[in-house]
Amino acid sequence: MTTSLFEKIGGEAAVNAAVDLFYRKVLADPQINEFFDDTDMDAQRGKQKAFLTMAFGGPNDYTGKDLRSAHAPLVAKGLNDSHFGAVAGHLKSTLDELGVPVELAQEVMTIAASTHDDVLNL
Amino acid sequence: MAEVAFGGVTYDCRDGETVLEALLRQGVDLPFSCRVGLCLTCLLRAETGSVPAEAQEGLKETLRLQGYFLACQCRPGRNLKVAPPEDAAIFGRVKVVALDRLAPQVCRVMLEPANPLYYRAGQFVNLRRQDGLGRSYSLASVPRLDCHLELHVKRLPGGQMSNWIFDELETGAALDVQGPNGACYYVPGRPEQSLLLIGNGTGLAPLMGIARDALSDGHTGPIQLYHGSRHAAGLYLRAELEALAARHDNFDYVPCLSGPANADGCRAGRADAVAFSDHTKLAGWRVFLCGYPPMVHGAKKLAYLAGAALDDIQADPFELRDLRREPRD
Repeated sequence: MTTSLFEKIGGEAAVNAAVDLFYRKVLADPQINEFFDDTDMDAQRGKQKAFLTMAFGGPNDYTGKDLRSAHAPLVAKGLNDSHFGAVAGHLKSTLDELGVPVELAQEVMTIAASTHDDVLNL
Repeated sequence: MAEVAFGGVTYDCRDGETVLEALLRQGVDLPFSCRVGLCLTCLLRAETGSVPAEAQEGLKETLRLQGYFLACQCRPGRNLKVAPPEDAAIFGRVKVVALDRLAPQVCRVMLEPANPLYYRAGQFVNLRRQDGLGRSYSLASVPRLDCHLELHVKRLPGGQMSNWIFDELETGAALDVQGPNGACYYVPGRPEQSLLLIGNGTGLAPLMGIARDALSDGHTGPIQLYHGSRHAAGLYLRAELEALAARHDNFDYVPCLSGPANADGCRAGRADAVAFSDHTKLAGWRVFLCGYPPMVHGAKKLAYLAGAALDDIQADPFELRDLRREPRD
């Protein structure tokens, strides 16, 4: 049996380490933080954790339809390709900071990129 | 759509609607306060039917097992039969032993519980008078240091409970308390950790309890308490806090004035602004935020961006009651 990406990366512990770094980068970025500004930071962190779990190849309930409906209000507010790119950049630098090996990081970025059309409702 | 039976009448609960919203909409006079799942004023008990897990979040195991849930957080998937809480299970009797003015708009209420209340400094209780009117107040006392429960009540314009406490409540009176509630308290085990405490108004109450609790537990890391007010009179218990700082090298008290006038020894600006200008890197710190909700929510974000982990930020926004569009008659 082959080891999954999620296991190789370090499972839930890796997701927990990543979510704090990642959400902080996103919130601190003036290009995109309006889309993440929520008074309920714990709920917002929960969403980031769900996203990272999926991107790390872990067990998740994400479907293309969920991604579309969840992001539709943001697309209406102007969410576009440049914002998607900025979030992807923060994901990449999070992985670098955590020392995730290049080939695993590449797999994560590929999964994240696969959500592009659903997130932007294309 | 689910149905909610209460007091012998069946009410409908629309999709997405909470039990609290459904009952209020249909004219039931149910006590409630914060509407965000914090204060426990709208506690009900499910007699039949099960409630979603989020409706019991933050409740003690003993209450959860008895079917207690928060009406403001309960969007029932199925039909429910609910009842008001049983008093004996929820409320304990307390006697008012002292009342004194700490500031023109702040009254200290000292209470003696009939049965011991096991709490941690910084948690809150719901105080209820005999006609059922109730409000949430944070505990300023520390169980191992103080024999009485200490509350700081701010007089609010039009506040039914606070004006009654200021103008009519007398020592010797009996009241009911429910609690303790909330997760804003000192956790022993990391005595070297740096603690940042920021509060405005009576947000000082839980922070004072937390600071004294940490110091008496032998905390060795720095404890920085920032208290803010618009007016110098609102910086109550200043002498006591300065004395506490004089006794403990690792405890600092920083009074902050955001109003136009300044006073000796006070920093100018809001407590949160002053604190974050003093502390720009908070990685590894534990942060406690109490008081006015916009300050608490804004400071939570700033503390996180400065490097504090979300699990190390304890926020206690003082959500006020009487949020109805029309006053109760």
